[in-house]
Amino acid sequence: MSGSRLVAAIVLLAVLSAIPAILPPYFLHLVIQILIWSFIYTAWALMGRFGFVSFGHGAFLGVGAYVPALLWNFYGLTPWLGIPLSIIAAVLLAAVVGYPCFRRRVVGHYFALVTLALSQVVLLSLVAARDVTGGSLGFTQKAVGHSWYALQFPEKGYFYAIAVLLWLAGLAIWRWIDRGIGREALEAISEDEDAAASIGIDVMRAKMRVTIISAGLTALGGAIYGQYVMYLNPETVAGIAVSLQIVFAAIAGGVYSLLGPSVGALLTLSLTEGLRVWFGTNFIGAANTIYGILLVLCIIFMPQGIVGALQRVTLPRRAPAKANATETPQSVTRRPSSAAQ
Amino acid sequence: MDIYLLEAIINGILLGGVLALLALGLNLIFGVVDVVWICYADIVMCGMYAIYFLYAQYGVPLPLACAIAISGLAGLGVLVHVLIIAPVLRSPPLNQLLATGGLLFFLQSFATLLFGTDFRNIGVRLPVLEVATMYLSFARLIAFAISLVGAVALYFFLKRTYLGTAIRAIAQDREIVGLMGIDDRRIYLAVSAIGGALAGLAACLLALQYDVHPFIGNTFGPVIFMICVLGGLGNMIGGFIASFVISQIIAIGGYYGSTELSYVFAFTFFIVLMLIRPRGLFAP
Repeated sequence: MSGSRLVAAIVLLAVLSAIPAILPPYFLHLVIQILIWSFIYTAWALMGRFGFVSFGHGAFLGVGAYVPALLWNFYGLTPWLGIPLSIIAAVLLAAVVGYPCFRRRVVGHYFALVTLALSQVVLLSLVAARDVTGGSLGFTQKAVGHSWYALQFPEKGYFYAIAVLLWLAGLAIWRWIDRGIGREALEAISEDEDAAASIGIDVMRAKMRVTIISAGLTALGGAIYGQYVMYLNPETVAGIAVSLQIVFAAIAGGVYSLLGPSVGALLTLSLTEGLRVWFGTNFIGAANTIYGILLVLCIIFMPQGIVGALQRVTLPRRAPAKANATETPQSVTRRPSSAAQ
Repeated sequence: MDIYLLEAIINGILLGGVLALLALGLNLIFGVVDVVWICYADIVMCGMYAIYFLYAQYGVPLPLACAIAISGLAGLGVLVHVLIIAPVLRSPPLNQLLATGGLLFFLQSFATLLFGTDFRNIGVRLPVLEVATMYLSFARLIAFAISLVGAVALYFFLKRTYLGTAIRAIAQDREIVGLMGIDDRRIYLAVSAIGGALAGLAACLLALQYDVHPFIGNTFGPVIFMICVLGGLGNMIGGFIASFVISQIIAIGGYYGSTELSYVFAFTFFIVLMLIRPRGLFAP
């Protein structure tokens, strides 16, 4: 790490720690949401960047959010145990669906639609079990005030700290996968599975690993989100809508770069929030209408995402220096951004 | 046999007809243009609103309202293709899915903005038939019959006309058809129009049975994709059969459990089958 990057890191940390002292509560709330969703979008991008387009992350998010909340309300189980359990549940779900998917070569459209069905299954199960989950009316955790045991903090500063740590951890994991041999293997797989297998890449292992990490992190993000907002609704944490929201924001920001999904979260959430405040309650739907148009335009004109487009402009010739592994020449030339970090 | 179960099964078959019509439209577009319209059910929603306003608000006779809705949605289909699909035709499949997904978002929000979230009914009350102590909705019978007629008409159109032949040719090999003097862009437009018109026809049939609201597409959309994938994307006959399989699961599941549970059964069945037969039920 060069000196300038060290300075940048210190400045970033200083800014991050000053934020809760400066910002009014509403904006702090917004920042916390952006950080938590950034983490979730980054988790999705771990898979998405290799062409495994999952519309099933709504399922993992829903499991992550509901499991600790239900365990807390009905059994008084602390989220410190509930959250790991929810991660395990999401990982199992991912493994049960992912393993046969990868084994049977369910890819592309088919993979997207199978995972879409998965998020619908979780959404509809949550609605159907309305005696336990409250169904479409939503679910509120029993509040006990400030408590480490219950992981509930009315004071926003605590969740801000948690969200920052979570976000940084997400970036670190993204980096770890980006730097590891796993990335080249996965890029090779996304180009051509047979060719990848023929040069000795364990296709199943590589895919399962990234899927499980991605699903587990998404569940963790869902659990923290649930602990923070203290209200869960099947429509907002599970199902197609939230899956699309995840995919859109990650793609809009750019899945091939470290900060892409975070930029996606920042832009989409500030945009929806800004539009919502702007229009108030006068024109319900106006905010999302504009948002929808922008999404379509973004996909048509900036398929690399915002960060990807910017990097293209600013870093045109920083071609891959280290990623010259023989198996992925095409993927490397097509995606200069991932190596130019 | 339990009479209520039989009633559920028959209603399932009737529901399957409309689903089959929608699956045909989506499959046609996918088979030819190679893009999945995630927003297909929301285009149907637009048609249902058109019928509601024309018929219930402005007093246009129902058949004329339906005709306007069908041709309107055919136009909308062309518009969607020109504005959104054509620019991303060369993009990765993910971007194509997302572009139509963005349109889904837009259509739902725009409908909310224009019409609010009220449930609206066109107010046509068709009789309920009582056959051997079973209650069958006349609206569903009509929907089933017209769906079948529509499917058969589409079949003959594809088999017997020049345009239909060109459409089938492009679905088989899009590289070669250019050499045969077929302009693929015109075929895409035609297919998008037909897909839109099928959505319009489905909208007429659904408007007789269901209330319109901006999110009604979410009720049918996922089910239609599931049907198309089960039947094999682009395989119209497979999709046709799969519609009835899925509608039976929904109907019988609804009989034994709740509506949501019946959809959970259907989606789970879909996932399991996809893992057993990844290319669809009827893949060679």
